[in-house]
Amino acid sequence: MVTLTIDGESVSIAEGTSIMDAAEQAHIHIPRLCYLEGLDAYGGCRLCAVEIEGEPRLAASCMRQVSPGMKVLTHSPRVRKARRMIVELLLANHPTECFTCERNQICELLKLAFELGVTEVRFNSLKPVYELDETSSAIIRDSNKCILCGRCVRVCHDVQTVSVIGFINRGPDTIVSTLMENGLGNVECTNCGQCIQVCPVGAIKERSAVDEVWAALDDPTKHVVVQEAPAIRAALGEELGLSPGTLVAGRMHAALRKLGFDAVFDTNFSADLTIMEEASELVKRVTEGGVLPQITSCSPGWIKFVEHFYPDLLPNVSSCKSPQQMFGPLAKTYYAEKGSIDPAKIVSVSIMPCTAKKFEALRPEMTDSGFQDVDYVLTTRELSRMIKEAGINFASLPDEPASELMGLYSGAGTIFGATGGVMEAALRTAYKLVTNKELENLDILPVRGLNGIKTATVDVDGLEVKVAVAHGLGNARKLLDEVRAGKSPYHFIEIMACPGGCVGGGGQPISFDLALRGTRGQTLYNEDKALPYRRSHDNPSIKKIYQDYLEKPLGEKSHHLLHTKYTARGMK
Amino acid sequence: MEKILTKNIDKPKASDIEVYLAGGGYQALPKALSLKPEGVISEVKKSKLVGRGGAAFPVGLKWDFTRKESTQPRFIVCNADEGEPGTFKDRVILKNDPHLLIEAIIIAGYAIGADKGFIYIRGEYYDEIEAVNNAIQQAKQKGYLGSNILSSDFSFDIQVYRGVGAYICGEETSLIQSMEGNRPCPDDRPPFPTQSGFMDKPTALNNVETLANIPSIINRGGDWYSGIGSPDSPGTKLFCLSGQVNKPGLYELPLGITLGELIENYGSGVNGKLKAVLPGGVSSRLLTDPEVKLDYKDVARAGSMLGSASVIVINQDTSIVDVARNTVEFFTHESCGKCSICREGTRQAREILTRMANGNGSAGEIDLLLELGEVMYDTACCGLGQAAMNVPTSAITLFRNEFEQKVR
Repeated sequence: MVTLTIDGESVSIAEGTSIMDAAEQAHIHIPRLCYLEGLDAYGGCRLCAVEIEGEPRLAASCMRQVSPGMKVLTHSPRVRKARRMIVELLLANHPTECFTCERNQICELLKLAFELGVTEVRFNSLKPVYELDETSSAIIRDSNKCILCGRCVRVCHDVQTVSVIGFINRGPDTIVSTLMENGLGNVECTNCGQCIQVCPVGAIKERSAVDEVWAALDDPTKHVVVQEAPAIRAALGEELGLSPGTLVAGRMHAALRKLGFDAVFDTNFSADLTIMEEASELVKRVTEGGVLPQITSCSPGWIKFVEHFYPDLLPNVSSCKSPQQMFGPLAKTYYAEKGSIDPAKIVSVSIMPCTAKKFEALRPEMTDSGFQDVDYVLTTRELSRMIKEAGINFASLPDEPASELMGLYSGAGTIFGATGGVMEAALRTAYKLVTNKELENLDILPVRGLNGIKTATVDVDGLEVKVAVAHGLGNARKLLDEVRAGKSPYHFIEIMACPGGCVGGGGQPISFDLALRGTRGQTLYNEDKALPYRRSHDNPSIKKIYQDYLEKPLGEKSHHLLHTKYTARGMK
Repeated sequence: MEKILTKNIDKPKASDIEVYLAGGGYQALPKALSLKPEGVISEVKKSKLVGRGGAAFPVGLKWDFTRKESTQPRFIVCNADEGEPGTFKDRVILKNDPHLLIEAIIIAGYAIGADKGFIYIRGEYYDEIEAVNNAIQQAKQKGYLGSNILSSDFSFDIQVYRGVGAYICGEETSLIQSMEGNRPCPDDRPPFPTQSGFMDKPTALNNVETLANIPSIINRGGDWYSGIGSPDSPGTKLFCLSGQVNKPGLYELPLGITLGELIENYGSGVNGKLKAVLPGGVSSRLLTDPEVKLDYKDVARAGSMLGSASVIVINQDTSIVDVARNTVEFFTHESCGKCSICREGTRQAREILTRMANGNGSAGEIDLLLELGEVMYDTACCGLGQAAMNVPTSAITLFRNEFEQKVR
């Protein structure tokens, strides 16, 4: 323990703690821009400067560790003057487009300028005008708004181990860019969108489809159907005035009907369908000596990652399409047939917690219905903006269910949104497939929670099934390296590109609170517990679609509509 | 005066090992190896030698810190990324007396307990790099580098790293980043490189000129060395005299001679009338008093720093606003871009000073520059940002009327 004084208050704290963290104990939250919990401290913005008695200069409190007897002043005149000037300098070269900015109301720079009392900018704006990076189908980068805090660079490099963005040039010409400035669409970007989640300003955003979706809704000749991913219902409320962790499935369905969607279904249904196919595939691989471990395929960020960085492991990846892409062709075949609707007039929209889903929908192979299977993908954030634009009082909406045909879902489908959920859902059904008995205790706790890698051994009537779960691509790498080395003991691995799983996806409401991933995940587990069906194979709508249309898992129709192939992309 | 650093440089084939040996070279090495490493450090401490790269940190203390770290391996890195405008001293040793440096690095490696040393040389120094590489080969052939040097238990090797043209790499933590293959941006200290340097291992970084003193200190003792020059900062120094003087050049002189003596006796006087001097390159604050003694203490007392002793003379015909603008132009170009305060601050200062130089400044901007200088000194991560405004702010303090004539 180290004892020091912060603003006159004595603080005792573990050795190795930063002054910034220690200050919290003295009830002081030091302003910061480049520091973000969950990422290594960087020391670039210098905004967290504090005065240390006896030192000639201020110190960056995120970088400096406490030492015994240290006397720290966190808001002395010298400190306040420095902070104001730093913000003033950043503002001088920041576009004044706050009204139309994506991050209007959730901009850390704007907030700091106000909180630190910056009332004028005495410097001229000198920044050159940079072209937007619009090469990606999922993510747009705007270097004009970038304040070079490096949070996106660190999350991409340190957390996701993708490393497609970095600083180029130097001094005032520094920008964040890609290899040879080729653009995010032309490098190994997985489109995970974690860079958006950590950006303090509006420099990175999704490629919006809001206007396209409005146009479809406004067109009377179109029949617009919508699906919503599991994780939406655990986060959408945050954008619309409800406390974090509020389950908003019913209000979400109601709001979508109010927006004018002709059919409101639910991706949870196709998550159940994914389980039917994927669990069957697992059983087939295990019993017929197929390639193991089988690895899940629901997360399109993960899929692009494996295509670039581990193309040799593509045979391990389940051939199942993701729930979004299983829903897509079925909306334009199964639903079109059932409802006697011309599939050419169907516009299929999905609401996803994910930016990579935008890329996934545009994959050339995703046209098994004879059309582009999913036409538009909206993030949670985009949907919340549409709800606000329409003036819908979300909080007071009555709950409505999704339409049953492709909207009824089990608890297994809903937990897809949390890390470990797919694994748990698959095991519930695989158990039945192998033993023809039902798994008694449905809560497979070792695969839940926010540990980076989780493992379990499940006794399937005498057969020991070894499973592992990784979320965040850096964690995925550890399991994949084992597989590559032929040392992986597992039968089945779940990988989600984003930390926390889809609840922490790149399309979710912006929050810099890591604990929120756990809160959102728990919301899904609570819903699972409360639903009448908790196993995918018990879902009546799943039974019906196999009875009426698909026949059986891994059958011919499933093979055609619900399974896919991958592309070994490799690295440039 | 007896020369310590430049005694060999004018000899024919000076960079050849035979010439170095004939002049008494590689005699300090066996002497050092006969001492305990602590004994070598103690001799260097006695010499009171301080770093010649700019920061003037006591060399013996730095070695002591490095040696006392329990982590292995440890490294010695010679900083030969000479880039401060007006500095042209290290290149002379690199090119004309590389064995002096190599012998010093081997001794330093022995003292701190390293088995590997590196020389990080400025990328534009083609001839110097070649000379050093040749010298390393010769030293290997003669058994001064390699396994069991001079039949001792000590094995040591030296590798050259070549810079690619960034001033910031002369800053020690950036230099380490560059050696590790990363973008060269500085790190906050602590931890210091002596604690966690190259590959996160204890690393002693010393400037070329600093190290070049070591063989003489070992040969003749720390007490001998501390008797040279000024009692506060002993030894000789390579003064890089440039600017508006009649005889610019490199002069090895004892520390403590006055600015006036340097300019008059060696530089043959100012070309014109003396206005101001930058005693330590463009990172140092302007001085006007020719009576200032050129040692670390006295220059600091006068409000500036000796730094690398790049003495740049400015005459009365020169606009001080132009001088300020030029230096800030340099720092804007060389800022690594990591710290918001340095990246944005240098750019803004350049813009303001450019307008002022053209007579288009605004009155409030003079004080704005002073405030900016204060905050940059206070908050920038490394010496570049901390010192980038030294010339403009000292120019405003000394010659405010010149700035006032340029603003409306």
